[in-house]
This record gives sequence, structure tokens and C-alpha cells, in this order.
Amino acid sequence: MTSISACATGYERFLKLKAPHVKDFELVNELGETPQEQLSKAVLVIGAGGLGCEILKNLAMTGFKNIHVIDMDTIDISNLNRQFLFRTKDVGKPKAEVAAEFIRQRSPEISITAHYKRIQDMPEEFYLGLSLIVCGLDSIDARRWINAYIHELADRHGMEGFKPIVDGGTEGLKGNMRVILPKVNACFECGLDIYPPKVTYPICTIANTPRLPEHCIEWASVLEWPRVFPDTKLDGDNVDQINWVVEQASERAASFNISGITFSLAQGVVKNIIPAIASTNAIIAAACTNEAFKIITGSNPYLDNSLLYVGDSGMYFLTYPLFQNDDCIVCGQKEGTIEISSDSTLQQLIEALQEHNTFQLKAPSLTYSSTNLYFQGPPMLEEKTRPNLEKKLCQLFESGSALTVTDPTLPTSLRVIVNFSDFEQQQEEGSK
Amino acid sequence: MHKIWAQRKAEAAVQKLEQKRPAGSTPAERLLQKELSELVELKDTKIIPTESILKFNMLYRPSEGYYKGGEFEFKFVIGTNFPHEPPKVLCTNHIYHPNIDTAGNICLNILREDWKPVLNIQAVIFGIRMLFQEPNPEDPLNKDAAKQMVNNPQEFARIVKSSMSGYRIGDVEYDNVLVGLEHDKAW
Repeated sequence: MTSISACATGYERFLKLKAPHVKDFELVNELGETPQEQLSKAVLVIGAGGLGCEILKNLAMTGFKNIHVIDMDTIDISNLNRQFLFRTKDVGKPKAEVAAEFIRQRSPEISITAHYKRIQDMPEEFYLGLSLIVCGLDSIDARRWINAYIHELADRHGMEGFKPIVDGGTEGLKGNMRVILPKVNACFECGLDIYPPKVTYPICTIANTPRLPEHCIEWASVLEWPRVFPDTKLDGDNVDQINWVVEQASERAASFNISGITFSLAQGVVKNIIPAIASTNAIIAAACTNEAFKIITGSNPYLDNSLLYVGDSGMYFLTYPLFQNDDCIVCGQKEGTIEISSDSTLQQLIEALQEHNTFQLKAPSLTYSSTNLYFQGPPMLEEKTRPNLEKKLCQLFESGSALTVTDPTLPTSLRVIVNFSDFEQQQEEGSK
Repeated sequence: MHKIWAQRKAEAAVQKLEQKRPAGSTPAERLLQKELSELVELKDTKIIPTESILKFNMLYRPSEGYYKGGEFEFKFVIGTNFPHEPPKVLCTNHIYHPNIDTAGNICLNILREDWKPVLNIQAVIFGIRMLFQEPNPEDPLNKDAAKQMVNNPQEFARIVKSSMSGYRIGDVEYDNVLVGLEHDKAW
């Protein structure tokens, strides 16, 4: 461990700069980058909501010069109490764009780019151009996606694809933060089971013995809605639809002597809204920004690797190192390469995998992207994918493709890159 | 950070590939690939796959209990948030069962409030089979069926039998789910 005094030095050196980030300053990090260069590296903020607004403000005030922000949402009136980069006139506009414009007005020297998109829609080059990612998300789904994607980048591109993630999350008076260094420490998926599940109620209680207003709302949204509108998915942002739920739920609540059905409760239950407190967002976002600063400048040791803020029963902070899970489906996934002729059949590839010294698989099942190539079971899926066994590999995928392979001998999946041994020869013939 | 990575890089030379590849499988897909291909084979259940690994149907022929002689179909839909969230399972037949309503909703604790990420598809399949071998009238979804089962098990058995052959009972029309003499034969 680094001693406290040594910790202080790095950060004091930053404070002793004559002016923030003067050009002739000599301080360089281990890669020979000046502070200006360090803080000019591209940082992506995922989410421009409660946490995102705080993170963006903090990054700008800390001296980050090259910020990207991505959010697929537009501003809702209920956001304005805590998402302070937005005003009433902004309601309905994309969060990322309004937030970026605010920062641009306040600090014109900062290059800030807004992306009104889903994280899944950004190209690989975009992610490769980043140095660090800070997440201010409210969804486990999006976190799992970015975590898996960043690990894939690290696998494929080495240092160039190595993008640390600083992930913040809050729920009422509680919050947490993680520093994820792909393949180096525990990833998001390693600790997936520590995240609380969605609140649900037994379906029989909802159907027969409601005791809470939430039970009546779930009755209306989970049981009645699909029965009355079998072809329409209930949309939590549709005022008319939520009003319908409120109406149905109120009627049911009345017959069971339950009170407390309101529009906001109904929307909260339907959308599974987690209560947000502005100051919790501020605490977690501040902690995230400082870690981002330390990681990108190398000025001080950073968090290893998880922080918990518990403010709902007394108040304490806990930091702890979360260990990597060897069986993790994301970072525990091993990668290997196999060379085989493009004329070989899938059957021959499977045999090669079984005979391969490093893999030594028993009964591999293979998929490519989202296509099922071959499954050992269940019987009907085996039958359905069996015709593929006779097909030549070049009919199924290109050279260099990554297949997902599972096998009873492996605790997790294996990524196998299949290179065609006759690939160059083929290329030459193709160009003739 | 740079040092750690450089070290790791030296440990294992990282494969670098220039050409573009389609996005790899999601964690949920990888888990399902492993789970499905390694499911314990049961004589009374059959998995019917679809194009997507995230959707499949299951046929179940109970070998004992009130529902012996029938074949029941269940639709499984697994979200990208699996196993953080449970699979969604519906019974596609209209059946008379204390824990299943006519819309196909199933009252099984591990499908909702008691789901844990350590559970899997196999656990859900076992849970569903258990509901048919021993319906649970304590936590009913179809209240009338549950009441009948407690008060008059013989009458309950009779109603189950006639509902399974597709009769209308009260104002509900049930599906004929009988598989007849072939029942004991393997698929």
C-alpha cells in the first residue's frame, strides 16, 4: 500500500500548478503525458440524469477538457427537482444535448459532445477513442451491457481497448460506487448478485388477498392490462394508460378497503421507479469524479474497488475489495484461437475442439453472434441444429469470427476465434 | 493502472484483430446456452426451441397426480436481464388449476418474489412439475379451484378430468389437453 504522505503528494503537485493546467508545467505521468494531455483524454459519461448532471458538472469543474455524454432519454418535468442542468423550457428535449449545452455555455473551453442514443448504437471506433467511462445509470441492464462490451474490447485490442469504468449508483439514501478495470479486478457481472432485485409481490396475493395499494396497482397492470389489451404492452410514460391503471386499481382498492392509490404511486410501481434524493446523487457523483481524476492522471491511488454509502440506517461508508469470480460469465470467460481449413465441416471443428490440447472439451455447444450453430441438448434443439454439422465452416461464418462455446467441463463459456488456415490463399484467389 | 495492464499483457499475448465482427453474445445468452445444452433430460418434459435462444416452449406430461393424462404447454421468455430477473413463464392452455389462472399466469414463488440469481431454468421446470404433482390450495390464483380441492377433493378431481377433455365449466371454456393412450410412451 502507498503511504498517506505519498498519496497526498500527487494531488498536491496538481494543486501547486501556477494556473490550472499551464502549458510549460513539467509534471508528467508514467506515460510522459503532461497534465493538459492527461485531462484532454476523452471521457464518456453514460447517463445524463440525476447522477449524470452531477458527474458532468464535477468533471467540468475538475478540469476535464474532453467530455462525451450519452443518454437515450428526454427530459421529463419530474426530473427538474434534482437534474439541475435542465429548466422548465427544456422539458421534452434530449437530456444529453441540453446537459452538454449547459456545460458549453458555462465553460466554453471544454469540448463536450452529446449523443442522444443508446449505448448499444455507438460504433466500436467511438469506444476505442475513449480513455475512461463514468456511469451514472439506473438500470442493471445497461451496466451489464457496457461491462460485457468493454471486456470484449480489452480482449480484442489489449491496451488500446482497455477502458476503466467508474460506476455510480444510488437508491434513496443509499449509494455505491465501483472502479472496474477490465480483466484486472472484479467486473460488474462478478458482483451481480449483490444488487437488490426488483420489488415484486406474490401473484396470488395480487389476485386474491391485496393488502397494500401496490398490490392493487400490480393487479391492474400485471393481470388486468394484458387481459383487456392483449396486444399492447403497458407503457409507464403514457399518461392515458397509467390513468387507466389508476382507475382500475382504485376500484379494486375500494372494494378491499385499501386507500392510497395515486398517479405517481401507480407510475412508480409500473416503471419500478427508485426514489432519488438529490444529495445522495451529489455524494456518489463527487466520489466518482475524484476516482476518475485519479485514474486518468495517475496522481493518487484509486479506490480498490467498491464503495458503499449507507445513509438510511445511521450513516456509514464502507470500502471493500470485491473479488473476481473465477466462474464469471464475462471476465472469467477464457479466449482461445483455433486454426482450421475453411473447407472443414462444423463436425470437424467440434472434433478439433475436443482433441485440442488446451481446450479438451467433452460435448461443446456452439453459437455465433445470435445464431445457434450446434447444441448438444435439449433433444429437439440438437435435432434442429444437427444439419449444420455437415456444413462447411465458410458457409457459416467468416475467418476470424468469435464463437461462444459452452461445455460441461467449463464453469463458464469460452470464446473461440476460428481462423481459416487457407484464409490468405482464399483472399489471393478472390483478388485475381 | 498502465503498469498492471502492461504486466498482464506480457503474461498473455492478446489477440489483436483488425476486421470487424458482429457483437458477441450477451451474458444472458451465454448463460442460457450453457444451461439449455446441459439441462437434465426428463422423460415427462420436452423443450421446443425457437429461432432465439431467449424464447422456447416446454411441453409437460405429468406422470402422476390429478393432471395425469394431459399435456401442458408453457411459454418461456427470458429477458436480457436474466438471471438478475426471473424468466417469464406462461401456461398457454386454458386449464383448471388452483395455482394457474385462465390467462396462463402461474403462481410459483420462484417466478416472482422468491427468484434469486443462483436459480436457473432447471429450477423453474422442477417448480412447475411440482405444481402439477401437488397443487397448492394455500396460495391460490384460481380461488374456486382451490376451495374445491380443499372441501371436496373427489369433486375437484372430477372437474379437473372434465376440464382437461375440453369441457365448459361455468363460463370458462377449457382446452382439451388429453393425450390419450400414447401417454406413457416416450416422445
